[in-house]
Amino acid sequence: MSVRHALLALLSEGPKYGLQLREEFEARTGEVWPLNVGQVYTTLQRLERDGLVESDGSEDDGPQKGFRITAEGEEELAGWLRTPPDLASPPRDELVMKVLVAMQVPGINVHDVIQVHRRYLVELMQQWTRIKEDEADFDLSLGLVVDAELFRLDAVIRWLDAADGRIKRSSAAPPARQASAPPLPRLRRRVGVRR
Amino acid sequence: MKHRAEGAPMNTVPEARAASPGVLELRGVSKTYGSGAAEVHALREVDLSVQAGAMVAVMGPSGSGKSTLLTIAGSLEEPTSGEVLIGGTALAGMSRNAKARLRRRSVGYVFQDFNLLPGLTAAENVALPLELDGVSARAARKAGLRALEELGLSERASRFPDELSGGERQRVAIARAVVGDRRLLLADEPSGALDSVNAEEVMRLLHDACKRGVAAVIVTHDAQLASWAERVVFLRDGHIVDQTAPQRGPETLLAQGPGQ
Repeated sequence: MSVRHALLALLSEGPKYGLQLREEFEARTGEVWPLNVGQVYTTLQRLERDGLVESDGSEDDGPQKGFRITAEGEEELAGWLRTPPDLASPPRDELVMKVLVAMQVPGINVHDVIQVHRRYLVELMQQWTRIKEDEADFDLSLGLVVDAELFRLDAVIRWLDAADGRIKRSSAAPPARQASAPPLPRLRRRVGVRR
Repeated sequence: MKHRAEGAPMNTVPEARAASPGVLELRGVSKTYGSGAAEVHALREVDLSVQAGAMVAVMGPSGSGKSTLLTIAGSLEEPTSGEVLIGGTALAGMSRNAKARLRRRSVGYVFQDFNLLPGLTAAENVALPLELDGVSARAARKAGLRALEELGLSERASRFPDELSGGERQRVAIARAVVGDRRLLLADEPSGALDSVNAEEVMRLLHDACKRGVAAVIVTHDAQLASWAERVVFLRDGHIVDQTAPQRGPETLLAQGPGQ
């Protein structure tokens, strides 16, 4: 999450005080991302240094100091909104590594390892879904954040399901096929690098 | 791992649940199809208890036994061994007619493809199970309209299924499943054909039915649907291999603002 750009977005509506920025940031992200005052001021100082915001010049760095976005800041914000996040990197997350490693370790049933993670993820999704139950408390920002988390966790579970099935099928296949499959040694090397 | 559902301290059954028999009880249920070399064990020693007001989701890959579990729970098929109880009554030894009556009165089904009768209006579809059970047409219609009203569909009551959207059709199917005094709701991929907004609406309605005291079993491969349930059990090769722990609230996920 880019605090920098979130603050620019809030300032694009008009000049605001530091404390106000923090409160609005939390309200608009469904209060899922806590932000401490220090983070707000450090970020604002950097934005000012980079010429993306201006302060009203008062010497006092307290909560009453006002900020406004500059033309450069507006340009930066517009550019950021259209820049795709880095989703192109290869899957090197910890869970993928654990499943790959589990296949190699003697005495470990990779399907059991997958199930442990699947259960944990479903439990997390249950917790997120509980938030949806109470419609009274459920504003639009929170709804979007909860959906994003649910879709993200769902995707991980679907990967686990696919991995489960693929491993099952491959262990039923004749061993000759496995010996000639090239990707495994390469992946193993990558695991080694991360260690 | 395999026996986590029974053994691990995190996942022990809460006392209230152990104390009273569930609306649905499966005890050591196994189902075998075929024999000899062609023998298939669809379910092996499955224990499952679902209390009034509880929603349990059953997840597992295709071929894990999910649908068999549902047809046996709904008394549409008999287990090879083990016991099934609905509302405290054992199904074994019941006559065909008695079972059919129990199904009509106590069990509601929701299917992926809705299964509404195209020649009947929404209200008639919903009232049908009651009429089949001998309730007078007038009383059945009244109960049907009430069920539709609860699901926000009053103004659609006289429409035919092909005049309804997918989401509305599924809501009619849910109304039909809960009409009268049904205590057990069995759903097989209840929102499989719907987009995510409508799917959420369907799960919300099923969840509301549970809050009113219905016990529900939802079979699905979709984790987003399953996560509406208070308990998720995982089937693999006919075994219940695992289940989710009793739930924590969402508090730990959210930053604790003073305003919350």
